[in-house]
Amino acid sequence: MAKIPLQFRHNGRDVAIFVDGGTNLLVALRELIGDMTPKFGCGQGGCGTCSVLIDGELHLSCLTLAETVAGRSIETLDGMKQGPNLHPLQRAFADNFAAQCGYCTPGMLMAAKALLDRNPSPSRDEVVEAISGNICRCTGYEPIINAILAAAGGRVSA
Amino acid sequence: MAVTVKTFVSASEAAGALSSDRTARYLGGGTLVMRALNEGDVSISIVVRAQDQALTRIDASGPRITLGAGVTFARVLAERDLAFLHAPARSIGGPAVRNMGTVGGNLFALSPYGDFTVALLALDATVAVQGGFGARDIPIEEFLQARERQTGTLVLSVSCTRPANTESFRYRKIARIKPKGGSVITLAAHLPLSGGRIAGARIALGSMAPTQIRARAAERALEGRSLDAATIAAAASAATEGTSPSDNALGSAWYRREIVGVHLRRLLSGQE
Repeated sequence: MAKIPLQFRHNGRDVAIFVDGGTNLLVALRELIGDMTPKFGCGQGGCGTCSVLIDGELHLSCLTLAETVAGRSIETLDGMKQGPNLHPLQRAFADNFAAQCGYCTPGMLMAAKALLDRNPSPSRDEVVEAISGNICRCTGYEPIINAILAAAGGRVSA
Repeated sequence: MAVTVKTFVSASEAAGALSSDRTARYLGGGTLVMRALNEGDVSISIVVRAQDQALTRIDASGPRITLGAGVTFARVLAERDLAFLHAPARSIGGPAVRNMGTVGGNLFALSPYGDFTVALLALDATVAVQGGFGARDIPIEEFLQARERQTGTLVLSVSCTRPANTESFRYRKIARIKPKGGSVITLAAHLPLSGGRIAGARIALGSMAPTQIRARAAERALEGRSLDAATIAAAASAATEGTSPSDNALGSAWYRREIVGVHLRRLLSGQE
Protein backbone atom coordinates (compact mmCIF):
# COMPACT_ATOMS: atom_id res chain seq x y z
CA MET A 1 0.00 0.00 0.00
CA ALA A 2 1.28 3.45 -0.91
CA LYS A 3 2.80 5.56 1.82
CA ILE A 4 1.22 8.89 2.65
CA PRO A 5 3.40 12.02 2.76
CA LEU A 6 2.93 14.02 5.94
CA GLN A 7 4.34 17.34 7.10
CA PHE A 8 3.88 19.01 10.46
CA ARG A 9 5.76 21.08 13.03
CA HIS A 10 7.55 19.08 15.70
CA ASN A 11 8.78 21.14 18.66
CA GLY A 12 9.14 24.21 16.46
CA ARG A 13 10.86 22.41 13.58
CA ASP A 14 9.22 21.40 10.29
CA VAL A 15 9.33 17.68 9.64
CA ALA A 16 8.30 15.60 6.63
CA ILE A 17 7.74 11.86 6.76
CA PHE A 18 5.93 9.05 4.94
CA VAL A 19 3.39 7.07 6.95
CA ASP A 20 1.32 3.95 6.32
CA GLY A 21 -2.47 4.36 6.35
CA GLY A 22 -3.78 4.05 9.88
CA THR A 23 -0.45 4.87 11.58
CA ASN A 24 -0.94 6.65 14.87
CA LEU A 25 0.94 9.78 15.85
CA LEU A 26 2.85 7.99 18.61
CA VAL A 27 4.37 5.54 16.15
CA ALA A 28 5.14 8.39 13.74
CA LEU A 29 6.93 10.37 16.45
CA ARG A 30 8.90 7.47 17.90
CA GLU A 31 9.72 5.34 14.88
CA LEU A 32 9.82 7.85 12.04
CA ILE A 33 11.05 11.03 13.74
CA GLY A 34 13.05 9.41 16.54
CA ASP A 35 11.45 11.38 19.36
CA MET A 36 11.30 8.73 22.09
CA THR A 37 9.84 11.00 24.80
CA PRO A 38 6.16 10.09 24.29
CA LYS A 39 5.71 6.53 25.58
CA PHE A 40 3.46 3.65 24.61
CA GLY A 41 1.44 2.56 27.62
CA CYS A 42 -1.97 1.09 26.87
CA GLY A 43 -2.87 2.06 23.31
CA GLN A 44 -6.43 2.64 24.55
CA GLY A 45 -6.50 6.15 25.96
CA GLY A 46 -6.43 4.95 29.54
CA CYS A 47 -2.92 5.80 30.76
CA GLY A 48 -1.86 9.15 29.30
CA THR A 49 1.85 8.49 28.91
CA CYS A 50 1.69 9.19 25.16
CA SER A 51 0.25 12.71 25.81
CA VAL A 52 1.43 15.48 23.48
CA LEU A 53 0.20 18.99 22.71
CA ILE A 54 -1.41 19.52 19.32
CA ASP A 55 -1.73 23.26 18.60
CA GLY A 56 -1.36 23.73 22.35
CA GLU A 57 -4.13 21.31 23.28
CA LEU A 58 -3.51 18.07 25.21
CA HIS A 59 -4.09 14.97 23.07
CA LEU A 60 -3.25 11.29 23.25
CA SER A 61 -0.83 10.56 20.43
CA CYS A 62 -1.64 6.83 20.37
CA LEU A 63 -5.27 7.62 19.54
CA THR A 64 -4.43 10.31 16.99
CA LEU A 65 -4.36 9.26 13.35
CA ALA A 66 -1.00 10.60 12.16
CA GLU A 67 -2.29 12.18 8.98
CA THR A 68 -4.78 14.33 10.91
CA VAL A 69 -1.90 16.47 12.22
CA ALA A 70 -0.81 17.65 8.73
CA GLY A 71 0.22 21.30 9.02
CA ARG A 72 -0.31 21.40 12.76
CA SER A 73 2.15 22.03 15.59
CA ILE A 74 3.11 19.15 17.87
CA GLU A 75 4.91 19.65 21.17
CA THR A 76 6.43 16.75 23.07
CA LEU A 77 8.53 16.52 26.19
CA ASP A 78 11.61 16.58 23.96
CA GLY A 79 10.92 20.23 23.20
CA MET A 80 10.35 21.29 26.79
CA LYS A 81 13.84 22.03 28.02
CA GLN A 82 15.21 25.44 27.12
CA GLY A 83 18.71 24.88 25.73
CA PRO A 84 20.83 23.34 28.49
CA ASN A 85 18.28 24.30 31.16
CA LEU A 86 15.41 22.18 32.37
CA HIS A 87 11.93 23.65 32.09
CA PRO A 88 10.64 24.85 35.51
CA LEU A 89 8.20 21.92 35.52
CA GLN A 90 11.02 19.42 34.94
CA ARG A 91 13.10 21.09 37.68
CA ALA A 92 10.12 20.92 40.06
CA PHE A 93 9.57 17.23 39.26
CA ALA A 94 13.23 16.51 40.11
CA ASP A 95 13.19 18.62 43.28
CA ASN A 96 9.93 17.12 44.54
CA PHE A 97 10.78 13.46 43.79
CA ALA A 98 7.88 13.35 41.34
CA ALA A 99 9.47 10.65 39.19
CA GLN A 100 10.36 7.15 40.30
CA CYS A 101 10.41 4.77 37.34
CA GLY A 102 9.68 7.75 35.10
CA TYR A 103 7.44 6.02 32.59
CA CYS A 104 4.44 8.26 33.26
CA THR A 105 6.59 11.40 33.54
CA PRO A 106 6.48 12.53 29.88
CA GLY A 107 2.67 12.44 29.90
CA MET A 108 2.44 14.02 33.36
CA LEU A 109 4.70 16.87 32.25
CA MET A 110 2.72 17.52 29.08
CA ALA A 111 -0.59 17.45 31.00
CA ALA A 112 0.94 19.84 33.55
CA LYS A 113 2.21 22.13 30.79
CA ALA A 114 -1.23 22.15 29.12
CA LEU A 115 -2.67 23.25 32.47
CA LEU A 116 -0.11 25.94 33.33
CA ASP A 117 -0.14 27.39 29.80
CA ARG A 118 -3.77 28.44 30.26
CA ASN A 119 -3.97 28.65 34.05
CA PRO A 120 -0.63 29.78 35.55
CA SER A 121 -1.77 29.56 39.17
CA PRO A 122 -4.08 26.56 39.49
CA SER A 123 -5.66 25.26 42.67
CA ARG A 124 -4.78 21.80 43.97
CA ASP A 125 -8.13 20.50 42.67
CA GLU A 126 -7.39 21.90 39.23
CA VAL A 127 -4.02 20.14 39.22
CA VAL A 128 -5.67 16.85 40.23
CA GLU A 129 -8.21 17.28 37.43
CA ALA A 130 -5.49 18.16 34.90
CA ILE A 131 -3.56 14.93 35.48
CA SER A 132 -6.65 12.76 35.97
CA GLY A 133 -6.08 11.13 32.59
CA ASN A 134 -2.52 10.14 33.49
CA ILE A 135 -1.82 6.99 35.46
CA CYS A 136 1.21 6.62 37.75
CA ARG A 137 1.79 3.19 39.23
CA CYS A 138 4.80 3.82 41.48
CA THR A 139 5.59 7.37 42.66
CA GLY A 140 2.08 8.04 43.84
CA TYR A 141 0.28 11.18 42.83
CA GLU A 142 1.07 13.45 45.79
CA PRO A 143 4.67 14.31 44.84
CA ILE A 144 3.53 14.94 41.25
CA ILE A 145 0.74 17.28 42.38
CA ASN A 146 3.17 19.05 44.73
CA ALA A 147 5.73 19.46 41.93
CA ILE A 148 3.17 21.03 39.59
CA LEU A 149 1.99 23.39 42.34
CA ALA A 150 5.61 24.26 43.12
CA ALA A 151 6.35 25.04 39.48
CA ALA A 152 3.20 27.16 39.29
CA GLY A 153 4.16 29.01 42.45
CA GLY A 154 7.52 29.89 40.92
CA ARG A 155 9.38 28.37 43.86
CA VAL A 156 11.73 26.58 41.51
CA SER A 157 14.48 28.21 39.55
CA ALA A 158 14.58 27.50 35.84
CA MET B 1 -2.36 -3.87 9.14
CA ALA B 2 -2.43 -0.74 7.03
CA VAL B 3 -5.82 0.76 6.38
CA THR B 4 -6.94 3.16 3.70
CA VAL B 5 -7.88 6.60 4.98
CA LYS B 6 -10.43 8.52 2.92
CA THR B 7 -10.90 12.18 3.79
CA PHE B 8 -13.85 14.14 2.41
CA VAL B 9 -14.77 17.80 2.47
CA SER B 10 -18.49 17.25 2.88
CA ALA B 11 -20.35 15.03 5.32
CA SER B 12 -22.61 13.66 2.58
CA GLU B 13 -19.63 12.37 0.57
CA ALA B 14 -18.26 10.77 3.72
CA ALA B 15 -21.66 9.20 4.40
CA GLY B 16 -21.67 7.74 0.89
CA ALA B 17 -18.22 6.18 1.39
CA LEU B 18 -19.25 4.86 4.79
CA SER B 19 -22.45 3.20 3.59
CA SER B 20 -20.87 1.61 0.52
CA ASP B 21 -18.36 -0.61 2.34
CA ARG B 22 -18.95 -2.82 5.38
CA THR B 23 -15.30 -2.55 6.42
CA ALA B 24 -15.43 1.28 6.55
CA ARG B 25 -15.59 3.06 9.90
CA TYR B 26 -15.98 6.76 10.52
CA LEU B 27 -13.16 8.40 12.49
CA GLY B 28 -14.34 11.11 14.87
CA GLY B 29 -12.08 11.97 17.78
CA GLY B 30 -10.18 8.68 17.52
CA THR B 31 -10.88 7.39 21.01
CA LEU B 32 -12.86 4.40 19.67
CA VAL B 33 -11.62 3.75 16.12
CA MET B 34 -7.89 4.32 16.76
CA ARG B 35 -8.17 2.19 19.86
CA ALA B 36 -9.67 -0.60 17.74
CA LEU B 37 -6.90 -0.23 15.15
CA ASN B 38 -4.23 -0.26 17.89
CA GLU B 39 -5.72 -3.52 19.12
CA GLY B 40 -5.48 -5.02 15.64
CA ASP B 41 -9.17 -4.96 14.71
CA VAL B 42 -9.04 -6.47 11.20
CA SER B 43 -12.72 -5.75 10.54
CA ILE B 44 -11.76 -2.16 9.70
CA SER B 45 -9.98 -1.68 6.37
CA ILE B 46 -11.20 1.80 5.46
CA VAL B 47 -11.23 4.82 7.75
CA VAL B 48 -13.53 7.64 6.62
CA ARG B 49 -13.10 11.24 7.74
CA ALA B 50 -15.00 14.44 6.95
CA GLN B 51 -13.77 17.99 7.39
CA ASP B 52 -17.25 19.45 7.12
CA GLN B 53 -17.63 22.52 9.35
CA ALA B 54 -21.27 21.60 9.98
CA LEU B 55 -20.11 18.60 12.02
CA THR B 56 -18.42 20.80 14.62
CA ARG B 57 -21.16 23.42 14.96
CA ILE B 58 -22.86 24.20 18.28
CA ASP B 59 -26.25 25.88 18.31
CA ALA B 60 -27.04 26.55 21.95
CA SER B 61 -28.83 29.90 21.79
CA GLY B 62 -32.46 28.81 21.75
CA PRO B 63 -34.71 26.44 23.70
CA ARG B 64 -33.66 23.56 21.45
CA ILE B 65 -29.92 22.93 21.23
CA THR B 66 -28.01 21.14 18.49
CA LEU B 67 -24.51 19.72 18.78
CA GLY B 68 -22.61 18.66 15.68
CA ALA B 69 -21.41 15.06 15.92
CA GLY B 70 -17.79 16.24 15.91
CA VAL B 71 -18.18 18.57 18.89
CA THR B 72 -15.75 17.54 21.64
CA PHE B 73 -16.56 17.35 25.34
CA ALA B 74 -14.02 20.11 25.98
CA ARG B 75 -16.08 22.38 23.72
CA VAL B 76 -19.31 21.43 25.50
CA LEU B 77 -17.60 22.40 28.78
CA ALA B 78 -16.44 25.72 27.32
CA GLU B 79 -19.99 26.69 26.32
CA ARG B 80 -21.80 28.54 29.09
CA ASP B 81 -25.19 28.00 27.42
CA LEU B 82 -24.70 24.23 27.74
CA ALA B 83 -24.35 24.24 31.54
CA PHE B 84 -26.94 21.46 31.88
CA LEU B 85 -24.60 19.15 29.93
CA HIS B 86 -21.45 20.04 31.86
CA ALA B 87 -21.80 17.30 34.47
CA PRO B 88 -21.99 14.48 31.90
CA ALA B 89 -19.22 16.04 29.76
CA ARG B 90 -16.95 16.44 32.79
CA SER B 91 -17.51 12.83 33.86
CA ILE B 92 -15.79 11.53 30.73
CA GLY B 93 -12.07 10.71 30.66
CA GLY B 94 -9.28 13.12 31.54
CA PRO B 95 -8.57 16.41 29.74
CA ALA B 96 -6.93 14.73 26.73
CA VAL B 97 -9.89 12.41 26.14
CA ARG B 98 -12.27 15.37 26.47
CA ASN B 99 -10.20 17.29 23.89
CA MET B 100 -10.61 14.37 21.47
CA GLY B 101 -13.82 12.45 22.22
CA THR B 102 -16.95 13.66 20.47
CA VAL B 103 -20.67 13.77 21.10
CA GLY B 104 -21.32 11.65 17.99
CA GLY B 105 -18.69 9.06 18.88
CA ASN B 106 -20.12 8.67 22.37
CA LEU B 107 -23.29 7.24 20.80
CA PHE B 108 -21.19 4.25 19.73
CA ALA B 109 -19.18 3.83 22.96
CA LEU B 110 -19.92 0.48 24.59
CA SER B 111 -20.26 -0.05 28.34
CA PRO B 112 -18.49 1.00 30.60
CA TYR B 113 -18.31 4.12 28.41
CA GLY B 114 -20.98 6.19 26.66
CA ASP B 115 -21.94 8.36 29.65
CA PHE B 116 -22.88 11.43 27.62
CA THR B 117 -25.37 9.30 25.71
CA VAL B 118 -27.08 8.41 29.01
CA ALA B 119 -27.76 12.13 29.51
CA LEU B 120 -28.97 12.51 25.93
CA LEU B 121 -31.32 9.53 26.33
CA ALA B 122 -32.90 11.07 29.42
CA LEU B 123 -33.30 14.32 27.47
CA ASP B 124 -35.10 12.50 24.61
CA ALA B 125 -32.54 13.68 22.07
CA THR B 126 -32.91 13.32 18.33
CA VAL B 127 -30.02 11.92 16.29
CA ALA B 128 -29.62 13.26 12.74
CA VAL B 129 -28.00 10.63 10.54
CA GLN B 130 -27.06 10.32 6.91
CA GLY B 131 -26.85 6.95 5.21
CA GLY B 132 -27.17 5.59 1.72
CA PHE B 133 -30.87 6.43 1.97
CA GLY B 134 -30.34 10.14 2.63
CA ALA B 135 -30.61 12.18 5.82
CA ARG B 136 -33.18 11.60 8.54
CA ASP B 137 -33.83 12.22 12.22
CA ILE B 138 -34.13 9.27 14.60
CA PRO B 139 -35.22 9.33 18.25
CA ILE B 140 -32.14 8.41 20.31
CA GLU B 141 -33.86 5.39 21.82
CA GLU B 142 -34.53 3.92 18.39
CA PHE B 143 -30.95 4.73 17.35
CA LEU B 144 -29.51 2.87 20.34
CA GLN B 145 -31.72 -0.17 19.85
CA ALA B 146 -30.34 -0.56 16.32
CA ARG B 147 -26.82 0.61 17.18
CA GLU B 148 -25.04 -2.48 15.89
CA ARG B 149 -26.47 -1.81 12.44
CA GLN B 150 -25.60 1.91 12.55
CA THR B 151 -21.87 1.69 11.76
CA GLY B 152 -22.65 2.33 8.09
CA THR B 153 -24.51 5.54 8.84
CA LEU B 154 -22.89 8.86 9.59
CA VAL B 155 -24.20 10.76 12.60
CA LEU B 156 -24.43 14.45 11.71
CA SER B 157 -25.69 15.96 14.95
CA VAL B 158 -27.75 15.44 18.07
CA SER B 159 -30.35 17.83 19.36
CA CYS B 160 -32.54 18.10 22.42
CA THR B 161 -34.75 20.55 24.25
CA ARG B 162 -33.11 22.48 27.05
CA PRO B 163 -34.47 21.40 30.48
CA ALA B 164 -36.74 24.01 32.08
CA ASN B 165 -34.41 24.49 35.05
CA THR B 166 -31.40 22.92 36.78
CA GLU B 167 -33.61 20.91 39.15
CA SER B 168 -35.44 19.14 36.34
CA PHE B 169 -32.35 17.47 34.88
CA ARG B 170 -29.99 15.43 37.03
CA TYR B 171 -26.98 13.27 36.29
CA ARG B 172 -24.85 10.94 38.33
CA LYS B 173 -21.97 8.66 37.35
CA ILE B 174 -20.70 6.02 39.71
CA ALA B 175 -17.03 5.22 39.11
CA ARG B 176 -14.31 3.48 41.10
CA ILE B 177 -11.82 6.28 40.54
CA LYS B 178 -12.48 9.98 40.95
CA PRO B 179 -12.45 12.23 39.02
CA LYS B 180 -11.98 9.74 36.18
CA GLY B 181 -12.91 6.16 35.46
CA GLY B 182 -15.20 3.81 33.59
CA SER B 183 -18.82 3.64 34.70
CA VAL B 184 -20.05 1.17 37.30
CA ILE B 185 -23.45 2.66 36.55
CA THR B 186 -24.51 6.00 35.12
CA LEU B 187 -27.88 7.61 35.76
CA ALA B 188 -29.67 10.60 34.29
CA ALA B 189 -33.16 11.83 35.05
CA HIS B 190 -35.32 14.42 33.31
CA LEU B 191 -38.24 15.37 35.56
CA PRO B 192 -40.36 18.14 34.04
CA LEU B 193 -42.91 19.50 36.51
CA SER B 194 -46.44 20.57 35.68
CA GLY B 195 -48.41 22.03 38.58
CA GLY B 196 -46.04 20.47 41.10
CA ARG B 197 -46.37 17.02 39.53
CA ILE B 198 -43.96 15.18 37.29
CA ALA B 199 -45.13 15.07 33.68
CA GLY B 200 -43.03 13.17 31.16
CA ALA B 201 -40.39 11.62 33.44
CA ARG B 202 -37.44 10.02 31.66
CA ILE B 203 -34.80 8.03 33.49
CA ALA B 204 -31.80 6.67 31.60
CA LEU B 205 -29.25 4.15 32.80
CA GLY B 206 -25.77 3.30 31.54
CA SER B 207 -23.95 -0.01 32.16
CA MET B 208 -27.24 -1.71 33.10
CA ALA B 209 -27.78 -3.39 29.70
CA PRO B 210 -25.84 -3.88 26.43
CA THR B 211 -26.84 -0.32 25.47
CA GLN B 212 -27.98 2.68 27.45
CA ILE B 213 -31.62 2.05 28.42
CA ARG B 214 -34.62 3.77 29.97
CA ALA B 215 -35.85 2.65 33.38
CA ARG B 216 -39.48 2.59 32.33
CA ALA B 217 -40.87 1.07 35.53
CA ALA B 218 -39.18 3.79 37.59
CA GLU B 219 -40.54 6.41 35.18
CA ARG B 220 -44.07 5.03 35.68
CA ALA B 221 -43.64 5.24 39.45
CA LEU B 222 -42.83 8.96 39.11
CA GLU B 223 -45.38 9.97 36.50
CA GLY B 224 -48.11 12.32 37.70
CA ARG B 225 -46.77 12.44 41.25
CA SER B 226 -44.87 14.97 43.28
CA LEU B 227 -41.29 14.11 44.12
CA ASP B 228 -41.86 13.04 47.73
CA ALA B 229 -40.21 10.30 49.76
CA ALA B 230 -42.83 7.66 48.96
CA THR B 231 -42.63 8.33 45.22
CA ILE B 232 -38.84 8.26 45.29
CA ALA B 233 -38.89 4.96 47.19
CA ALA B 234 -41.29 3.45 44.65
CA ALA B 235 -39.12 4.57 41.73
CA ALA B 236 -35.94 3.29 43.39
CA SER B 237 -37.43 -0.14 44.03
CA ALA B 238 -38.49 -0.37 40.37
CA ALA B 239 -35.06 0.64 39.04
CA THR B 240 -33.86 -2.86 38.16
CA GLU B 241 -36.92 -3.80 36.11
CA GLY B 242 -35.96 -4.48 32.51
CA THR B 243 -32.23 -4.24 33.14
CA SER B 244 -29.67 -6.87 32.10
CA PRO B 245 -26.28 -5.72 33.40
CA SER B 246 -23.06 -7.66 32.78
CA ASP B 247 -20.07 -8.54 34.91
CA ASN B 248 -16.89 -6.63 34.23
CA ALA B 249 -13.77 -5.59 36.12
CA LEU B 250 -15.56 -2.54 37.56
CA GLY B 251 -18.47 -4.44 39.08
CA SER B 252 -20.56 -7.59 38.83
CA ALA B 253 -24.05 -7.72 37.39
CA TRP B 254 -25.29 -8.60 40.89
CA TYR B 255 -23.60 -5.52 42.38
CA ARG B 256 -25.02 -3.25 39.70
CA ARG B 257 -28.55 -4.53 40.38
CA GLU B 258 -28.02 -4.03 44.11
CA ILE B 259 -26.86 -0.42 43.88
CA VAL B 260 -28.87 1.04 41.00
CA GLY B 261 -31.89 1.69 43.23
CA VAL B 262 -29.72 3.24 45.92
CA HIS B 263 -28.18 5.68 43.47
CA LEU B 264 -31.51 6.44 41.82
CA ARG B 265 -32.93 7.31 45.24
CA ARG B 266 -29.97 9.62 45.91
CA LEU B 267 -30.29 11.23 42.49
CA LEU B 268 -34.03 11.86 42.91
CA SER B 269 -33.73 13.16 46.47
CA GLY B 270 -30.92 15.52 45.50
CA GLN B 271 -28.32 13.87 47.73
CA GLU B 272 -24.65 14.21 46.91
